[in-house]
Amino acid sequence: MRLGGGSVRIPYFPGCTLHSKARGFDASARAAAQALDIIMEELPEWTCCGATFSMSADSVMGLVAPTRILVSAKEAGKLLTLCSFCYNTLKRTNRVIATDAERRRKVLTFIEEDYQGTVQTVHLLELLRDEIGFDALAKRVTKPLQGLKVAPYYGCLLLRPAEELRFDDPERPTILENFLKSIGCEVVDFPHKTECCGSFVTVGSPETARECSSSILEAAVKQGAEMLVVSCPLCQYNLDRAQREAPAGQAHAPAVPVLYFSQLLAIALGCDEACLHLDGLSVDPRPRLSKWLGQKAEVTALA
Amino acid sequence: MADEPAMVQFYLMGKPHRVPRGLTIQKAMEYAGFRLLRGCGCRGGFCGACGTVYRTPGDYRLKVGLACQTVVEDQMFLALIPFYPAVKSTYRVEDLPPTSDTLISLYPEILRCVGCNSCRKVCPQEIEVMRYIAAAQRGDIAKVANLSFDCLMCGLCASRCPAEIVQYNVAILARRLYACHVARPADHLAARVEEIERGACEADLDLMVAAGEAEWRRLYAAREIEPDE
Repeated sequence: MRLGGGSVRIPYFPGCTLHSKARGFDASARAAAQALDIIMEELPEWTCCGATFSMSADSVMGLVAPTRILVSAKEAGKLLTLCSFCYNTLKRTNRVIATDAERRRKVLTFIEEDYQGTVQTVHLLELLRDEIGFDALAKRVTKPLQGLKVAPYYGCLLLRPAEELRFDDPERPTILENFLKSIGCEVVDFPHKTECCGSFVTVGSPETARECSSSILEAAVKQGAEMLVVSCPLCQYNLDRAQREAPAGQAHAPAVPVLYFSQLLAIALGCDEACLHLDGLSVDPRPRLSKWLGQKAEVTALA
Repeated sequence: MADEPAMVQFYLMGKPHRVPRGLTIQKAMEYAGFRLLRGCGCRGGFCGACGTVYRTPGDYRLKVGLACQTVVEDQMFLALIPFYPAVKSTYRVEDLPPTSDTLISLYPEILRCVGCNSCRKVCPQEIEVMRYIAAAQRGDIAKVANLSFDCLMCGLCASRCPAEIVQYNVAILARRLYACHVARPADHLAARVEEIERGACEADLDLMVAAGEAEWRRLYAAREIEPDE
């Protein structure tokens, strides 16, 4: 895609969670992209990507669904996604299809398609960094979030395995920091930004996940963060839940809103607030954001 | 057709039978001497009781059809699958919200879908089964209802699913949720029900009851089956 001069269209894979629990992630990203003249065109048909990349070397079943999704973006050659799980699964699957002739043949014979692994899976943050550029993005911002102290939290799946994803430095990533600076935020650096939130351990051992998430929140708040931003619905869920579900006798994790990066982007670009879906968080971020939100949102926050 | 032999041979669960060309699988079985007690319902392609799987020589693909609709072919190798064990949740649809959580709590196995598309390949109605299971996972009740609308509940999708999903029971739940909570109530239906409750049909019914058997037979024989063009 080339930017500049009219809007560009890019095929978009939302993933299941962005159509159910994480609607604010989906809607705010679409609105923000549109403000930047990018039309995120949802694939006409799509299934779950499988959510986890199959590490099995001798079974290809886990590759079938993500490959079918990649094939449906073959013509455009690019596929935009937002969820860290989807990004990780699609990108790693594509690498297998592109580099492993035997597994490629097996999967493609099964799904009866022809595909050589040519689709590039693109995260919205990469699109902002590489296609638009953070300097250019800063110039498009209509409501710089000046004075808002935000801790960027990466989690695992955007960054690792680094040699496969090539997203950013897995130990000292900067993409979220640079993004936050471009929309006017004050970046809060903290040592836990690439620690694990507990991920899907939350299903079998919620207490373990709560401990992981609590230490992340504590570290961020200790450094002065007023908010955290994430790119993963499961990180968002674990970090938010740790703030309200503590076992009897134990303290709750520090209360701090956990937002999707696209929600702050949409605010900074002056998008319609209907896209934000800021309700339902353990800590309502709207009072702190009221300076940039319209009258209507302030009233809701007070109600 | 003239140079084709008048008889074909098909194999039912491995055993050969010779029958006249042009019969449906169902009629061919009856010609061969079977009396169908199960796996045979409406004989019109609607009830889904006669799901059949078959293969033909030189083709690895598993083919499917309804026995009452599919014409028997020479050297066809087939088996009827009139019943396939299914999980079926019981619920009061009025009490359920039309969400993904409802579908997932009643049929958690939908999350096991691996996207293999075997269900779609085996559907005699050519329904996009995998697509509607994907829609079910993300709570798009309207899409499940629309995509699955032509389902006859023959059960062949469930027979092929590696994730052990019973797709058609998920689909009928979604259609019930859609009808109960999502679709706009049909004004014309409410008006008609009110009309009937006011007694609009009583006179005609009384006439029929009084007419007697001879008149019923005459009316039945004279009924209009297909409206004239």
